[in-house]
Amino acid sequence: MNHKENIGVYDLTFAISGGVDVGSLTTKAVLLKDHEVLSYSVIPSSEKSEVISKKAIDETLKKADLCINDVQYIVSTGAGRKEVPFANESITTPLAVSAGALQIFPTARTVIDIGAENCVVVTCDEMGQVTNFIMHDKCAAGTGSFLETMAESLEVGLEDMGKLSLKSRNKINISSMCTVFAESEVIGYVHMGTNKVDIISGIHDAVSFRVLGMLNRIRFKKDLVMVGGVAKNIGVVSSLRNMIGLDILVPENPQIVGALGAAIFACNSAKDVCE
Amino acid sequence: MITAGVDIGSRTAKALIFKDNEILSFGIIPTGADSIKTAQNVMGIALKKAGLYFSDTEYIVSTGYGRVLVPFAKKNITEISCHAKGAHWFFPKVRTVLDLGGQDCKAIRCKEKGQVANFVMNDKCAAGTGRFMEVMAKTLDLSLNDVGKLSLKTVKGPCSISSICAVFAKSEVLALLRRGENKNDILAGLCEAFADRIFNLLSMVGIEREFVISGGIAKNIGLVRRLEVRVGLSANIPFEPQIVGALGAAIFAKELSNR
Repeated sequence: MNHKENIGVYDLTFAISGGVDVGSLTTKAVLLKDHEVLSYSVIPSSEKSEVISKKAIDETLKKADLCINDVQYIVSTGAGRKEVPFANESITTPLAVSAGALQIFPTARTVIDIGAENCVVVTCDEMGQVTNFIMHDKCAAGTGSFLETMAESLEVGLEDMGKLSLKSRNKINISSMCTVFAESEVIGYVHMGTNKVDIISGIHDAVSFRVLGMLNRIRFKKDLVMVGGVAKNIGVVSSLRNMIGLDILVPENPQIVGALGAAIFACNSAKDVCE
Repeated sequence: MITAGVDIGSRTAKALIFKDNEILSFGIIPTGADSIKTAQNVMGIALKKAGLYFSDTEYIVSTGYGRVLVPFAKKNITEISCHAKGAHWFFPKVRTVLDLGGQDCKAIRCKEKGQVANFVMNDKCAAGTGRFMEVMAKTLDLSLNDVGKLSLKTVKGPCSISSICAVFAKSEVLALLRRGENKNDILAGLCEAFADRIFNLLSMVGIEREFVISGGIAKNIGLVRRLEVRVGLSANIPFEPQIVGALGAAIFAKELSNR
């Protein structure tokens, strides 16, 4: 059904909007009442985008005790954004993550989004307009897949890598950019008896180094914000902080920032439609 | 005069014994963690096959990515020069050499006597190297040796593989398997993607007749056929494509010894 037709019935102060971010590994949904988060969910992208986006929004609606008819406007984003049948509109990842990051940190001027299979660096101005962006999605280097591959070869949990790396006193250097070649290097270090925490720390540097290359290609300004699943890894965040010598702000829940940004667009669009 | 060439590659080490413009023997072994030991072992194998002793060799040249780690070599020469030299010995009219190694891939344009005119190389990324096929064969639970043959026996035609990155392509392969696609069709798709990647590299140096393919991946017939279609030339492949670098090194050894 077309939700646009129903908008007039609702009082705008109670406008409810939704954002759905269909990523390569996880799908995120956020519901907003005006600009306040009502509920959100993160589920694995284990099925087709059409199916999984519906599951994500249904779960989020359930948490807020709402049904789909209560939502005035829904905006989709992420790699599978075109395959969200119930979305009124879709926006690109740079737009969504910058809107989401600005909502949480109004001083944000550069947003680094590291997902499972891509990395995006976006710059924006005081008005929240995107001024430039670089997207890298051709190879696993500098993405969550890189970390996942390494966690598997080291037999450590992906979630534990961040904490473990902070214990490193003598980190190693990984010379390969390619995930496959870097994995061989890592296995070589394991065989040599190198301490795992030192290997993990080197792995985080490899990811940061790739992101640093992207940051250097774009004219980035303070404040920097990191979002996406990889931002949950404190090791990568602190490694990048050290490399650029600037603080990096990380939201409490970095994974849902894209969906949040989409929901903010939805909220604004819902208002535009009514006015 | 007896000379030898030792090629320490990233995945396999090769040694070749050369006498009066003829190949006496060669050995191929996996490269171990210790390059020096690997070099000694592979040299020992080649010598044994020829029924010779180390002291019978007059000059030894090393090449390949571990070429500086061959203690008994008098000189080391880059694998680019050695591949061009070796390919020229097998096919004197060669102008384009494609070396598909375990962890790198090189396109070399050469002159009349096998001298290098130009080359491009990828050793930064597993796409377009033997490692790519190795990862895929493992994912599909197949032997690397069967990849080429099976890829030519498609059922519904090649599956589309959109990723260049080996890690992403592996995810695509897993998704195709879950969808119940035929393994041969997936392999065909992988060989197509691989051939596209290699063809781009070849185009950067320009392709001229005769066209020679060396390196372990030259044994993948599915890939060779697809490359031939793109290049528009038939590929010349030595009887043992893995020894071309070591042969080139042994020829250089002979030339250096004559000086």
